[in-house]
Amino acid sequence: MSLAILTKFSAALGRALLGASRDLAPIITIIALFQVLVLHQPFPELFSILTGLGLVIVGLALFVVGLDIGLFPLGETLAEEFARKGSLFWLLLFAFALGAGTTVAEPALIAVTREGTKAVAEAGLIENISASIDRYALGVRLTVALSVGAAIVLGVLRILRGWSLLVLIIGGYVLVMVMTLFAPKEIVGLAYDSGGVTTSTVTVPLVTALSVGLARTIRGRDPLTDGFGLIALASLTPMIFVMLFGTIVN
Amino acid sequence: MEILFNPTMLLLATAKDVAPVLVLLVLFQTLVLKRPIPRPGRIIFGFGLVLVGMTCFLGGLDLALFPIGRTMALQLAEGAQKGGMANWTAYGWVYLFAFLMGFSTTIAEPALIAVAHKAHEASNKAVSSWGLRIAVAIGVAIGITLGTFRIVTGTPLYLYIMAGYVVVVIQTVFAPRMIIPLAYDSGGVTTSTVTVPLVAALGLGLASNVPGRSPVIDGFGLIAFASVFPIISVLGYAQFVQRIVRRRNRKK
Repeated sequence: MSLAILTKFSAALGRALLGASRDLAPIITIIALFQVLVLHQPFPELFSILTGLGLVIVGLALFVVGLDIGLFPLGETLAEEFARKGSLFWLLLFAFALGAGTTVAEPALIAVTREGTKAVAEAGLIENISASIDRYALGVRLTVALSVGAAIVLGVLRILRGWSLLVLIIGGYVLVMVMTLFAPKEIVGLAYDSGGVTTSTVTVPLVTALSVGLARTIRGRDPLTDGFGLIALASLTPMIFVMLFGTIVN
Repeated sequence: MEILFNPTMLLLATAKDVAPVLVLLVLFQTLVLKRPIPRPGRIIFGFGLVLVGMTCFLGGLDLALFPIGRTMALQLAEGAQKGGMANWTAYGWVYLFAFLMGFSTTIAEPALIAVAHKAHEASNKAVSSWGLRIAVAIGVAIGITLGTFRIVTGTPLYLYIMAGYVVVVIQTVFAPRMIIPLAYDSGGVTTSTVTVPLVAALGLGLASNVPGRSPVIDGFGLIAFASVFPIISVLGYAQFVQRIVRRRNRKK
């Protein structure tokens, strides 16, 4: 019994290792070619680079196998249970916590808000001292986390009620354009970027598993057309809310 | 070149990212839904793999790819400047590098692998996972190249982004309905662990080397490009497939 599981697992891992090597081949080739042919430079510290490449390939393979046996099934089970129990309040609370909780500590978001706020301070919108910069950066981060939470809630409601994604997205884009005209210029770049960095490597698979699971369980919904679209909403709302934040604070 | 590679610290940092998600899932499953977790051993093992996998992946990137990619972006930006020509053709290598970098980092992006995998499964294998990833990668490549062109020429960011959105809206009207949610999603998942650090380095390197650009203002904004253009390329890919299928049906 356990031997059968072990063989199955090693087969999956072997496939994942092959897949990971294929996924990383382009980036490795391009860096190597540019280094040798364009910049005419040798490789510094070949040993540490080879170790690093090995780690990247093994890491990607383990991640993909782990998704398949851990994250994906748990996300789908939760979605099914929620759909069966029909408790709207708890489902929406879960959706909000998942969106906001995973975003607030996202390293890419912390980096982007810090740099972006410096640009805002240099433009003279806020005082160029570290205390006010930190406060502003934290404000932007919390705004982004709340808006991602709100986006996941909206996305789950859309699946339940069968709303049109297009209306939501196009309405959102119109709002982004209107806000761009009114928001202070310095915040626009930061707002656009914060939309892109919110969705992390752990959140995306889990949110997708949850929404596809919901769409599959609820009658009359299609996993492909209704299960996707949450990530799009989560990249859209931060732009709107960060520009709103910039306008209000200004 | 000194690299601080500390596996324990990195593992802890990754655990800090993964733990809240796991706690949230377990709390809701046991307290709110009052259901036992099915096959807990298997799921914990899966989470462990995700944790160790992400740690190795991030550590390896820091050890092998990021330092060399960053130096390369800086050297290319400096080299283009030393060429002396202020016109945009002097930046040929930079554009080529931006295009290839955008493409190859997107192919290696774990979040996109996960979404493509789910899309393949949710569409009953109608959406090819590899085809979707290549379409997204081409979109990111074009986006990043245009973004570097924008930094070099100094044209305003919102013009490009708004033009991009207009194209997206027009395509949405004509593209097959089933692909639209997925196309919009792929805009958000592309910019993640692998793409952002390398692309940001390229943007900052360029902006600090091109005269008259400010790294803080012009260096950012590349990520926004990488989020709009994949939507266009995925919608375009679906339109292309649809047209081929129609033509084949007409012949029959």
